[in-house]
Parts: sequence; C-alpha cells; structure tokens
Amino acid sequence: MFDVNNIRKDFPILSRTVNGNPLVYFDNAATSQTPNQVIEVIADYYRNYNSNIHRGVHTLSQEATDAYEAARNKIKTHFNAAKAYEIILTSGTTHSINIVASGYSEILEEGDELIVSAMEHHSNIVPWQMLCERTGAILKVIPITQSGVLEMNVFEALLSEKTKLVFVNHVSNALGTVNPIAEIITKAHSVGAKVLIDGAQASPHIKADVQALDIDYYVTSAHKLCGPTGVGMLYGKEELLNTLPPYQGGGEMIAEVTFEKTTYADLPHKFEAGTPNIAGGIAFGAALDYMNGIGFESVAAYEHELLEYATSKLKEIEGLKIYGEAPQKTAVVSFNINEIHPYDIGSILDKLGIAVRTGHHCAQPVMDFYKIPGTVRASFSFYNTKEEIDLMIIALNRAIQMLQ
Amino acid sequence: MSIQDIQEEIIEEFAMFDDWMQRYEYMIELGKSLPLIDEQFKTDDNIIKGCQSKVWVHAELNSDQLEFTADSDAIITKGIIAILIRTFSNQHPKDILAADTAFIDQIGLKEHLSPTRANGLVSMIKQIKMYAIAFQTQLK
Repeated sequence: MFDVNNIRKDFPILSRTVNGNPLVYFDNAATSQTPNQVIEVIADYYRNYNSNIHRGVHTLSQEATDAYEAARNKIKTHFNAAKAYEIILTSGTTHSINIVASGYSEILEEGDELIVSAMEHHSNIVPWQMLCERTGAILKVIPITQSGVLEMNVFEALLSEKTKLVFVNHVSNALGTVNPIAEIITKAHSVGAKVLIDGAQASPHIKADVQALDIDYYVTSAHKLCGPTGVGMLYGKEELLNTLPPYQGGGEMIAEVTFEKTTYADLPHKFEAGTPNIAGGIAFGAALDYMNGIGFESVAAYEHELLEYATSKLKEIEGLKIYGEAPQKTAVVSFNINEIHPYDIGSILDKLGIAVRTGHHCAQPVMDFYKIPGTVRASFSFYNTKEEIDLMIIALNRAIQMLQ
Repeated sequence: MSIQDIQEEIIEEFAMFDDWMQRYEYMIELGKSLPLIDEQFKTDDNIIKGCQSKVWVHAELNSDQLEFTADSDAIITKGIIAILIRTFSNQHPKDILAADTAFIDQIGLKEHLSPTRANGLVSMIKQIKMYAIAFQTQLK
C-alpha cells in the first residue's frame, strides 16, 4: 500500500530546513534524493568489505566482486536484458553515450546520416556532433510541436537507407514529454538503423523492457532513481557491443598485454577500464531494489496525481505559461510567469526553502524553439506531497509580488 | 568617497532590515537606480559569462577614474550589479584592483558568492577587475 508519509521517513534529507524553512525538494529531474536503504549499502561497503574487484583472491575482494556482479544482475533483471554482460556499468548517462558515439567513429562513413530529436539534453547532442565532425556523417533533427511532441511524420520522412543511428530520449528533461519509443524503434529498424534511447529522465518513472521494445542501446544514471551520483549504465545488444571498439584503455579491459599487441577482454569488461565506482554500482542495485519495493506502477500513478494537481494549481496563477503539454508526460512542469526571469523566481523560492531548477536545463535548442532564455522547472518524485505543491504556489505568489 | 567608505555605507543601509525579504526588496530597488549601459554596448562581447541571467557591463575612463554602466534581464541580478557598480564606479583602477568584496557577505547576500555557475557575482567582480587591469595599463 503506497503511503507517502511512510516513504518520506526513508529520506533523511527531507526533514532538513533550508533558509529557516522546511525543505521542499522539486529538483528531482536533476537528481533524486537517497533513501536510508541506499545510504546504508554504501556505508556497509566501506565499513565492511571495501576492496578492489575481479582480481583479488582474498575474501574481501571476492565479497566485493560478488556484490558488484549481483548489482549488475539486478540491473539486467530490472531492464529485462538477455544477458548480464550486456549491462556496462559506467559513470553515468553522458559516459554511456560517449562510449557508443566514440565507437561509431570507426563504423560510420562520410554521408551516413544520424537522426536526433529537437528535445534532447546536450549530452545526447554534443557527442554525436563530435562524431559527425570526425566522420563526415550528417545530423538530422526531428522537430517538435508547440505542445512539445515530436513530429513523427517528419521523422518518417527523414528516415532512409542512409540512416545509421537514431537517438532520442525516452522522456524529455526540459518538458517531461514521454516519447513514443516503440514506434521510433520499429520505424528506425525498418530502414536498418540502430536506436539509442536516453533513459535518464524515464528510468525513475518508467520501467523499460529492452527486449520487448527491441532497444539497441539504453542508457541511464543511478542518481536519477534514488541511487548515488557517478554511476550509470549502458545496455547494448551483445552483437552490437561486440562490434564497438573499446572506449578507454587501461586495466580491467584487457585479455592479454604485450608491447607487441594487446587483446581486449570480453563484455562487459571491454568497456570497463580502470577501477570502477564499486560502492556506486552496488548502491545502484540497492536503489533498484528500493524502487521496485515501492513498485513502479504505484510511483507512476502517484506522481501523475501530483502532476495533475500542480498543473491545475499553477494554471490559476495569472500570466503563468507552461512549456510542454504533451498528453503523455512525467511529473515535470516547466513554466514562466509573465516577463519575470526564471532566475529571479528561483532565487526567491530558494529563500523560502523550495528547490526548483531554473535556466535552459541543458536543452538550449528547446529554449530557442520557444524563444525564451529558460524556464522554472518543478519536477516531482513519489516522496513529494500536495502540501508541498501548495507551499510552492504560496511562494510563487510572494515572488510575483516582489518581482513585478 | 573611497571604496571602503561606500562599502561601509552599504553595510549600514542593509543593517536596517531584519529579514531577507526586506533586503531583497531593497536590492531590487537599488537595481532601478543602476546607471544603464548604452544600447550600443549591449553586445554579446559585453555579456558576462557564468551568469544564468544576462549581464552586460561597460567601462569608460573619465580622467583617471573608471565609470561603469550595466544592465541585466533579471532584476535580482540587476540589484547585485548595481551594488557592485555603486562601489567601484568613479574610482581609480588601482583602488578597484586592491579592493576586497567581503562586504557582500556582511549585507546578507552570501549565497551570491558561491561559485555555482547559476549566479554570476564572482564573474561580475572578475570582469570589473579585468576592466581595471586593462585601463590601468592605459594610464601608465
């Protein structure tokens, strides 16, 4: 039974104050808070079995290796990958995307085409632009409508046998739009293109089944779903990951090293050079356990309720405009009030203990599309409440009074 | 008035307020008296990098003193730059370079000193000092 008051007890940070007010944390799309269950796993690792993994013969190393590989298995099960070694543990979404983008520099040829959406985070734009500069491939963009939905007919028109890769986010960080990835994947596959889905914003809310959706690459970060920062994953189909060259050289990723020739290790180690974020990886698994314990269906239903409530309350504020009103949205509201600069609103809200994001949200093309410098973004999680939304509305009205 | 005298004056003015809200309202008021930058200088070159809002600063040498004008598209930022310009305008470049900015902390605006990329107070001070360096070389 979903009980938000019980859930809040798991998050020690939620009981702190900010500038003399109880913290209201509405910057969940930037990073989520961490429950005791995950904090304890990290502390337990450093207290009891901290050691380097995969090579040590001693007990601590074996315990740490077992825990790390158990976490990989949890991630595999969560996303329903066919094999645990198709899950590459990385430092986060950006790292994951760069592994794929860098790998394709040896696969693409001049004139090949890549398709990106206009609502991507910079981390799902810039690595591909760099790839295009290196290879002479061409980047095409799927535009969005005023309500913040992809123009799927344009996408279809952009697809051709020249298309090698399509990369879109599952959910937009700036607008909250849930993209029709099943349809995108089917259509991309019909011309032989591979698809990378940026799941950073989706994975706290939606459980993606990589096999059912026939996803080629899926990437996300643990810190968006109650895990620690500095750890994330790249899922890739085995045959695809095998064709990609290693991203970084170093320890862990080799089979044999001589000065004449080095051979690379098998998956997943080929992409895991150096000592990984061991505690982070183990805690990633614990975060998934925690989220699955609550249940993604309950989370989605409750967050949707928060979204509807916040949207209707915000719309009562005169001059408030919401950016991104797709029919399928996660619990994110991006808005501006009249001509007030988002930075001003964010600063006043902070004084009142309310954490929101302001600015371009690392999605400048989206801001350019709406011809605005940025927005205020409130993003909700399953541990937020309607009472907190009421506090934000009161704070916004005070901000308007001061700033107009 | 010396930079230090002006800073002390500002500290006294802010000491009259009991809470952050009054301080912010006063800062917003101060923003309204900011000597505005001439439209021709509102160029991308004059935008201070590192602020979430846009801030333009321009400096001109008036005999041996620097005169600053500025503007911002956010009104809290406008208040902050107004306080800085009140402190540093009509001062000799060498005095600007020697001045410290700890008074910002004393007027209860400490959060604006954090090096987060979102607020640009640190960048604004840096830019003002860059102007002072540039004009000091001219004066020699």
